Amino acid sequence: MEPFVIHKGIAAPLDRVNVDTDAIIPKQFLKRIERTGFGQFLFYEWRFTPEGKPIDTFVLNLPRYAGSTILLARNNFGCGSSREHAPWALLDYGFRAIIAPSFADIFYNNCFKNGILPIKLSEEQVQELFERTEKYEGYQLTIDLNEQVVSDEYGLSYSFEVDEYRRYCLLNGLDDIGITLQYEDKIAAYEAKRGLLSR
Amino acid sequence: MKPRTLFEKIWDEHVIHEEPGKPSLLYIDLHLIHEVTSPQAFEGLRLAGRKVRRPDLTFATMDHNVPTKDRFNITDPISRQQMETLTKNCAEFGIPLADLHSPDQGIVHVIGPELGLTHPGKTIVCGDSHTSTHGAFGALAFGIGTSEVEHVLATQCLQQSKPKTLEVHVKGELAPGVTAKDLILAIIAKFGTDFATGYVIEYTGDAIKKLTMEERMTVCNMSIEAGARAGLIAPDETTFAYLKGRRYAPQGEDFLAAVEKWKQLVTDPGASYDHRVEIDASEIAPQVTWGTSPGMGTDITGVVPDPESFPTPAQRKAAKDALAYMGLTPGTPMSSIKIDRVFIGSCTNGRIEDLRKAAAVAKGRKVAPHVQAMVVPGSQSVKERAEQEGLDKIFIEAGFEWRESGCSMCLAMNPDVLKPGERCASTSNRNFEGRQGRDGRTHLVSPEMAAAAAIAGHFVDVREWLRETTTV
Repeated sequence: MEPFVIHKGIAAPLDRVNVDTDAIIPKQFLKRIERTGFGQFLFYEWRFTPEGKPIDTFVLNLPRYAGSTILLARNNFGCGSSREHAPWALLDYGFRAIIAPSFADIFYNNCFKNGILPIKLSEEQVQELFERTEKYEGYQLTIDLNEQVVSDEYGLSYSFEVDEYRRYCLLNGLDDIGITLQYEDKIAAYEAKRGLLSR
Repeated sequence: MKPRTLFEKIWDEHVIHEEPGKPSLLYIDLHLIHEVTSPQAFEGLRLAGRKVRRPDLTFATMDHNVPTKDRFNITDPISRQQMETLTKNCAEFGIPLADLHSPDQGIVHVIGPELGLTHPGKTIVCGDSHTSTHGAFGALAFGIGTSEVEHVLATQCLQQSKPKTLEVHVKGELAPGVTAKDLILAIIAKFGTDFATGYVIEYTGDAIKKLTMEERMTVCNMSIEAGARAGLIAPDETTFAYLKGRRYAPQGEDFLAAVEKWKQLVTDPGASYDHRVEIDASEIAPQVTWGTSPGMGTDITGVVPDPESFPTPAQRKAAKDALAYMGLTPGTPMSSIKIDRVFIGSCTNGRIEDLRKAAAVAKGRKVAPHVQAMVVPGSQSVKERAEQEGLDKIFIEAGFEWRESGCSMCLAMNPDVLKPGERCASTSNRNFEGRQGRDGRTHLVSPEMAAAAAIAGHFVDVREWLRETTTV
């Protein structure tokens, strides 16, 4: 997993509440058996017509948000299906961070497993960022995970909370399985105590 | 000892390691696997040279991609590859698999309980958000992502931050014709699709105690649509009676001993939840959703709401977008909305009891000529049982299609898909845009309401039909 320390990039505003993982990556694209290559299908039914032509009005198709790497979103982003294909698609498209007032649980968790930083800010702060993307063409944000601050070039600076352990893992790009396997003796002892011996 | 909630008892029993500032290491008793969210996890194991730690605590089936008609003829090569990959992975790592040839095959959340794999007090995970279903047995069950699937395969553990607890207290009693599906839809409509985010729900109250296991599963299944990590119902005699004699349930003396242990799995008097809400079951009417989020629902006696009636700009915009997508006008009575398709099935409502209830409505009636209706049993065993009871004949005579088991049109990863603009009465769990097919319009309802809509050709208050039936 790629570590996340400081990231600067264009912010794209997706103005919808309750964006579900079916919308992020529709089911017809879940059949791949790899983790890569999902970016081309991100938000497919909003981005493309049934014939596969880009829909000009969708935010990611607007020239001013070309190359965006930070997604601004509304409440309950990532609700619905547990599919990790959703963060894979966001990452593969180029997003490294998502800023929203709230996230659905499983999606939030899945982001950290893939080097994407989901940031919770208040509704008012998120609204301010939405307005700034409108106001300034090519609006960029800088996200510093070490300092836990989101800032722009116009003096805005918002601090954000993130679980200390998740922050540590993301800063260092750590693999959870490797960490857990250090407790092998405890796992084995627990299985023995519960009588959960292998058949 | 400090009084504890049901959730805390299960959590405490499974914590292997705790350290301040870090997630707890939680032992997993049962890991269910299906073809869509597992291939990348197995690939990860192979790349790292890791094994599956406990194949004996892991159980696999195929459900999402399975065609429900001519099931061995899988025309989509990528679907076929995904199923073949699961077969290969299970063989390589020694994991039991109920494949298309197995009489045990079915939707993962239908077969777990059916086979007796799901027990009170277990920790259960699956790479599927509707794993919350198993909470109906008093098991701590939740959906995980593919990275976590890999983690559980490798370690039989998960790193988990402790969720908060939320009591949803359901007082009173559901009226005749009002189902567990209406109860959970009404809860989500009332409190919102994210009111339980970060919480494990425990459903309590008289209305919950009176529910059958199938009904409890319907309620817990849609806990995720309220944002919850998991939903729980304390096990009781209903639970024990359901499990007795099932293949993977403890047998004989062991079963009696297990029941004694399971009886401890209740929230102690004096234990407190982090949050509590209450709803009166007797006030709930059959529900129909009108929008593109499961919380956008109302009573069958209601009308399509005016977006301007919502309090916040975000809600007004969401309602406006939803009505545009759904092709609905504010003020339209729900009962006048015409439908094209009906889907009865899914991990929410594809169990034998659901099919019995739908069949009772369909019996001796005919599906409206403009409606295409299908019934998809949740598992091969549900299908077999239904056929023994003659339910298939009732459905077929009424003009429903009778299918093989699978996820079918709940998520349309298989040939069962809505065409653009088609409107469907569906017993599934999500009415998201495009969920059942691009530009398809989904209305979530109970099996009884779906069957009645199939016959009438539009939504109807099934309570009126039930009154007629009982007075005849």
